[in-house]
Amino acid sequence: MKALSQKRRHPLAAIALLLMGLLITGGLYAVATTVNEAKASTSTFSANDVEEGGKLFAANCATCHGMGGSGSQDGPSLVGVGAASVDFQVGTGRMPMQMNGPQALEKPVQFNDQQTHQLAAYVASLGAGPAIPEQSLLEGGDAAAGGELFRTNCAMCHNAAAAGGALTRGKFAPALADTSGKHIYEAMVTGPQNMPVFSDSNITPEGKRDIITFLKQIETNGSPGGAELGSLGPVAEGLFVWIAGLGVIIAFTIWLTSRTS
Amino acid sequence: MGNHSDGSPNHSGTVATAGQNEVEKFQDPGLPPHRLRLADTDPKAAKRAERQVALLFGISVVGTLIFLVAYFAIDLGPGESTIGNIRLQNMLLGLGTAFAMLGIGTGIVHWAKALMPDHEVSEERHAIRYEEDRQAAVRIVDDIVEETGIKRRPLIRNTLLGAVALAPLPAVAIFGDLGPRPDNKLAHTMWAPTDGRLKRLARDPDGTPIKASDVTIGSAFHVIPEGLNELVEGKLNEKAKAVVLLMRLDPDSLNPSAGREDWGYNGIVAYSKICTHVGCPVALYEQQTHHLLCPCHQSTFDLTQECKVIFGPASRPLPQLPIAVDDEGYLVATSDFKEPVGPSYWERDMHERSINS
Repeated sequence: MKALSQKRRHPLAAIALLLMGLLITGGLYAVATTVNEAKASTSTFSANDVEEGGKLFAANCATCHGMGGSGSQDGPSLVGVGAASVDFQVGTGRMPMQMNGPQALEKPVQFNDQQTHQLAAYVASLGAGPAIPEQSLLEGGDAAAGGELFRTNCAMCHNAAAAGGALTRGKFAPALADTSGKHIYEAMVTGPQNMPVFSDSNITPEGKRDIITFLKQIETNGSPGGAELGSLGPVAEGLFVWIAGLGVIIAFTIWLTSRTS
Repeated sequence: MGNHSDGSPNHSGTVATAGQNEVEKFQDPGLPPHRLRLADTDPKAAKRAERQVALLFGISVVGTLIFLVAYFAIDLGPGESTIGNIRLQNMLLGLGTAFAMLGIGTGIVHWAKALMPDHEVSEERHAIRYEEDRQAAVRIVDDIVEETGIKRRPLIRNTLLGAVALAPLPAVAIFGDLGPRPDNKLAHTMWAPTDGRLKRLARDPDGTPIKASDVTIGSAFHVIPEGLNELVEGKLNEKAKAVVLLMRLDPDSLNPSAGREDWGYNGIVAYSKICTHVGCPVALYEQQTHHLLCPCHQSTFDLTQECKVIFGPASRPLPQLPIAVDDEGYLVATSDFKEPVGPSYWERDMHERSINS
């Protein structure tokens, strides 16, 4: 304590106190109707896949989604959600859900690729729905056109730089960096959780490919304007200016008025 | 003069007693004794401070050179203006200027603090107003009145008053040209049928019309009126008023009020995207809770209650666009919005009454 009280008159004490103060204060549902998505499944599922998937489903999913995927009080029916929905929800770790909350969170994936494939096969066999997209729909699009579509349809929730953003009552739109093109495509066709569905009649498969190309482009090229500060706009930039900018000004003020030894 | 240091229990602690007529308890301590600086006593320290100041000025010179080299040596000519080159030049120009200015500034301050004389000076207050100054000012005004003879020559006085009164009139005429007032432009959008033909709902940005069968449950379409992209003049102004969010939900979850039952089609509804608070685009649609969130101030609208405000500063629901389906299955707007879209403005109530009469 004595050391502390001696140091409180140190010229830097005010800055340290200010910084401390600033730091402390700153503190599926998708029933796709048949018109759009009931195309033939691109990845072929064998009868064995369906059978194995059924077993996995009964053991891991049926508690909430009901036997046969017919839904229960705790989870929606999965009839007609399609293989794309399963591949997205299970492939990003959102399902099986850990606990009830405003929305299912991304977490380490619980099933391996083969098991995910089998689960998708089983759910796809329950009713026609969006299929897992082919590789040709995931790359080689027009990034400029994709950027325009992204800013019109996606940027209001996911942020113009795809950094994500807050929604109502604890829900949020996630950041899209590090999300695979396949999962981005599947999210658009199925509308996981509170995301609206962007069916092929709204944004064409080519448009979706353009959007994915745009997202990969901004992810690999970085921001042309220098430090992004999380691309969160005025909040992060303001915090930086308040702490760093004002800090420098205060440091200069203290130096200007101090006596030389 | 306040006397807060009297610890006498006879005084109420809540009232500070004014110290009039009392001897001041604290004498003016005067200036503290002058303390000599190292550079005042030690020639070595003075020499060191001198070198430090020179070094700071030297940094300024280096900063200026960095600026000049970055400006002339980095080629941004055709084929060379890559983003990397531009960034490098920008950074060097900024750093060069910063060092050039900071070097001079900190050098001068250090010079003044360490080497220039530092004797304390106190300036006494002087009277704010001297009587003789006041008299002199009165005399000047009197002289002006007397010498201009304005009291003796009413013709000059009156013509001057007339000229000064009329001189601002051209300004009134010029400001009049800032108009015309927008009249009821804010109350109408492109959705009004032209020549009896109903406007189709089209996708933003490419402008292709939307069929009712395209809109699946849970979808959200960003919509502009058909023909907007073909506008040559005022396209953005029209778009700013006419943008609409089209959503489809289970028809049972919609609760249309009397007179609005036929404004949607089979669970498909269209609402203005312009927030009624200050006009940000409300387009954050949550397809399960049916909430629409405005990203600017978190106004939240409930789609199942005709976009009633359930949170935030907006005071009115989002205006609904009445829609139907034409013979070819495309969605059309049966009329313009039934109220002015967007935030409040002075004549809004008047315009709303005229729309509905």
